[in-house]
Formats: sequence, C-alpha cells, structure tokens
Amino acid sequence: MSASDTMERPVAPIERRVDAVRAALEAHGAVRDELIVEATRNADDQWVPENGAGIVARAWTDPAYRARLLANGRAAAAELGFELPRHHRSLVFLEDTPDVHNVICCTQCSCTAFTLIGLPPDWYKDFDYRARVVRESRTVLKEMGLDLPPEVEIRVWDTTADTRYVVLPLRPTGTEGWPQERLASIVTKDSMIGVARIAAPNA
Amino acid sequence: MDGIHDLGGRQGFGRIRHTPNGSPFHADWEKRANALYGLAVRAGILNMDEYRHAIERMAPRHYLSASYYERSLTGLASLLVEKGIVSRDELERLAGGAFPLASPSAPGRSNAADAPRFRIGDRVVVRNEHVAGHVRMPAYIRGKRGVVVGESPPYPFPDAHAHGVEADDEPTYDVRFATSELWPNGADDAFVHVGVFRSYLLPAS
Repeated sequence: MSASDTMERPVAPIERRVDAVRAALEAHGAVRDELIVEATRNADDQWVPENGAGIVARAWTDPAYRARLLANGRAAAAELGFELPRHHRSLVFLEDTPDVHNVICCTQCSCTAFTLIGLPPDWYKDFDYRARVVRESRTVLKEMGLDLPPEVEIRVWDTTADTRYVVLPLRPTGTEGWPQERLASIVTKDSMIGVARIAAPNA
Repeated sequence: MDGIHDLGGRQGFGRIRHTPNGSPFHADWEKRANALYGLAVRAGILNMDEYRHAIERMAPRHYLSASYYERSLTGLASLLVEKGIVSRDELERLAGGAFPLASPSAPGRSNAADAPRFRIGDRVVVRNEHVAGHVRMPAYIRGKRGVVVGESPPYPFPDAHAHGVEADDEPTYDVRFATSELWPNGADDAFVHVGVFRSYLLPAS
C-alpha cells in the first residue's frame, strides 16, 4: 500500500519531494550543484531540434550522406558531431516519400531521440497521443493539422526498445538552391516526429 | 505487466493538446527532476529498464493523475528506497510529508530458451504470454502476426535487466503489423512498426 492510500498525512508538495530526492542523491555522492547546472544546461541548450534539423538538411542536399544516414543513422549522426546516449545503440531515420508518411510515438512511456530532436513536447507524453496514434493515426494527424491524401500510406513507429527513430521529412518544393543552413531553419521538431509536413515557403 | 502504462490502442481518450513549439518544461522543479534522473543513471544507480518499470508500478490512480516529471521523480525515488540508498522514512522526513512510491515488483525472467533468429521478410507471431514483471511487448501486439522489416544491435533483455536477472543481450526486430490485424474493423488503415525483442517472437506458421 502506498502512502497516498493511507490518508494519514498529506502528500508533500512536488517541489519538496524533488528536494528530498536531491538530498538523498547528494548524501550518496551522485549529485552536486555543478552537476545539476550542467545537466540542466544540456536539456536547455545542447539537446535541441536544431541538431536533427542540420542532419535532415544535409541529407536533403547530399545524396551520399542521405544513403549513409538511411543505412546507419548512428554513424551518420556521429559524422556531424552528434553522439547519442550509450543505451541508444541504434538510430533509424525513416524516409518519407510522396507515397509514405512516417510518424513516431512511444505508447508505454515517452522515448525519443531527445539529443537530436529535443526533449519530447507535452502532447507527445500525454495519454491521448500515446493511446490513439497507433490505432487512429490518420484521424489523429488530421486533428493535428496534417490531412494526408488517402493514397498516402501511414507507418507508425512505436519506440518500445532503445532503438531511436527520427523522421526524414520530405523537402518542400520551392527550396531549390537553398544553402543547408537555410534549409535547416525550416525543419521543425514536429516534422521529425512526423505530425507535420514542412510547408513550402512563401515565394 | 499488463499495467496502466500500456496505453497503445486504448479507447476513450480525447483530442491531442497540440502546442507547436511548446517548451518541454513548465516549472523549475521539472528541470531539477529531469537532471536528478539523468545523474542517477550516469552514476550507475539505476538502468533504464529499472526506471521504466518503477514508473509502471505506480498505483494506477497516481500514474494517471501525475504529470510526466512527477512520474519520473516517483520512479527514481522508488528505486532509491528499493536499493537501500535512502529509507522511505528519511525521504518523507526530508519532504515534510507523505511521498507516494511505486508498488513492489514481481520477479523478472531471462531470455526464452527457444528464441529463434529471424531475417528481414520473415513472417512472425508475437507469443501469447502474460508477464508479471517488466516486459516491453505492448499488449496490442500480443498473439498478433507481422513481418520483420529490420533488426537492431543486441540490447539488454528488459524482462531481466529491470530485475537484476542474468540474461544475454538480444536484438529487437522491427515488425510491421497491419492495423487490420491488430484491431480488425476497429482502426484507421495503417501499418504499425514495433521493436520486438527476439524472446517475444515465434515463426508464423
């Protein structure tokens, strides 16, 4: 029986529970102030969708890189200086085509390639997305603003192991001749999760 | 375990609260909670399978009412108590109130003794098993048929790794399932790909 079932004393506020765990880890020698600062900085500044966007833009402009990326995502990411956490032993880029649309999820928790696309957004972690996207993918995508033509095949990827998936979205028309940096600037976190296609830029 | 966490295909949920470009954090304590979990993993106090299983063992009422980072913190705190790093009394004294933790774990298990190897294109069926401990087979694929489309490097076997049970690393196979197989007459037409550990699979006859 958990403490919340006994009703003997109120549950401590969440901030106090965080402080208690921190104190326990400090006493154990696993946590110091500077380590917290460093870990927080990683989440804020290092694990950002610009990382994945740079990989996508390179794949759009360099066919040989694209082939290497699709064959071995982990090695191709490392070429551009992105090391994955050790337990993410495999990274698979999922290639969208005009006929195939990929979308990722994690029905059992909220796993993502967070070092490349950033920490998952709220809706990705919500029960509604986790429950529904595997079973009602076309409906869910339409609700989120992506109304795919009926002939497009949808492939949903459920992240049940430590293989990480990232969608390689379609390059929008109207971007011919753009330099890589400009292409990277239009690649969004949503498009690498697969709940959005990248809109053609305004002429 | 057939726990509350295993949400794939459950019905009754609502519209996605989509917030394009929303921040992953909404309070400073969430950042600290996320940092503490990461540092505990780095210090070797817990592994990812133990962590996921601790969250799955939360009381369903708590699991469903807690935010993502509260679930993360509860999983971490539960493991610190279970591993003897801090007592529950001390944790509650430090917090100044009750600290709800996960329920105790069932025993784990090692690899299937008869797990076959597969190749891309092989037709497979997911074993019809009900596992009391940690398992990374979502219930919606149990007993279902699909086709192997990929193979991963070997990973620690979650059913063992979450419980300190000895086991060999084994690959997962990306298995492609038609939604018409998973939920006949009850789903949008699509394919669902799941990374399925070798021990969960048998050849389809």
